[in-house]
Amino acid sequence: MKKIEVLGPGCANCVRLEKVAREAVEMAGVEAEVVKVTDYGAIAAYGIMSTPGLVIDGKVVSYGRIPSAGDIALWLSE
Amino acid sequence: MTTLSLRAVRRFHLPLKLTVAVSVVAWLIAWFLEAPLSDWLTFSVFGLERGSHFGDAIAFFLLDVPKVLLLLLGIITVVTLIRGFFPPEKVRAALAGRGNVAGSVAAASFGIVTPFCSCSAVPLFIGFVEAGIPLGVTFAFLISSPMVNEVALVLLWGLFGPGIALVYMAAGLTVAMIGGLVIGRLRMERYVEDYVWALQGKGPAMVEVKLTWEDRIHDAWAYTKDLVKRILPYLMIGIGIGALIHGYAPTDLVAAIGGRSNPFAVPMVVLIALPLYSNAAGTIPIVQALLGKGMPMGTTLAFMMAITAISLPEFIILRRVIKWPLIAVFATVVTIGVLFVGYLFNFLIA
Repeated sequence: MKKIEVLGPGCANCVRLEKVAREAVEMAGVEAEVVKVTDYGAIAAYGIMSTPGLVIDGKVVSYGRIPSAGDIALWLSE
Repeated sequence: MTTLSLRAVRRFHLPLKLTVAVSVVAWLIAWFLEAPLSDWLTFSVFGLERGSHFGDAIAFFLLDVPKVLLLLLGIITVVTLIRGFFPPEKVRAALAGRGNVAGSVAAASFGIVTPFCSCSAVPLFIGFVEAGIPLGVTFAFLISSPMVNEVALVLLWGLFGPGIALVYMAAGLTVAMIGGLVIGRLRMERYVEDYVWALQGKGPAMVEVKLTWEDRIHDAWAYTKDLVKRILPYLMIGIGIGALIHGYAPTDLVAAIGGRSNPFAVPMVVLIALPLYSNAAGTIPIVQALLGKGMPMGTTLAFMMAITAISLPEFIILRRVIKWPLIAVFATVVTIGVLFVGYLFNFLIA
């Protein structure tokens, strides 16, 4: 079971990234849960400043952009 | 430092280089065909009379909608592509460990190229403080980022050439550097929320994500499309108002209110702009029409900058990390900066 975290205070891009992440989970066909992290302190603790950020199993894979569902699916199946 | 690389995922239907070449050629053709085409539509197809109020307004509208759209699409894509190389995370690493003066200069310069939206103001602020960057340096960045606005650059560069665009950039830079130094001197650290200090030094090492050119171009284009789609309604309204001003507003009236002879024109337009907060793109056509009616460059710029840089929503968002006195100082410095740019441009461009 993979854990995907979407980092962002709740702006439009964060909402969009969450949607894309859910699509990617389906595309990759893996078991994963998608959680939103909205707390500023928690976001800062990952060392990123540009939102939205994407974390898979505790590792930052992207920030400041919305990767495509295909990219995220690739990362998930790695 | 962790480095991740993506496996290539094809994003465009055509190979990358061909996609870029086709887009550039299409843009250039549209740019050069646009003016004669709108002229022909207005005066030959619609049969409107040249020099009539209505004909001029319609011609302005048909000329401006595609022109501003083309400028926005072209220049924002390029600017976004360049800015992609300067994410705040990199800027922070470059600024950490610098003193107030060198830091403020560097931070203000980075503010031009670093992508920034008011929704990331708070994570950005926390990230800077966490890395031990002095408060003044952080504010030099926070002032420069919205002051030197990419869309304002589009307007200036596209409509008046690179010279004025560069002076605008230099003016914004100066204001940000001085603002940063002043805030640094005022020792306002006590107005930062306590929990922000508690986070200091807790973050892990910076993460770097490798992007390919294809990723970058795709991102820049996606961002531009999204931005233009979002501002299109404002743009149409702005162009509509601009067309009305262009066709109907008497030149004397605009010149009398905003003209050079009125020394209070700059603070007046800033005051008018304070409650207005809009995307700069929506203001471009209004600004262009006002310029056409004889409003001086500086006054017009001050109006536009006040609309975009003095943003109430951003001040309210920043309240999560800093207390009101510091927000007040920040707002004051930005306002003085806008006034300064207004008077400077009126003085420079006679």
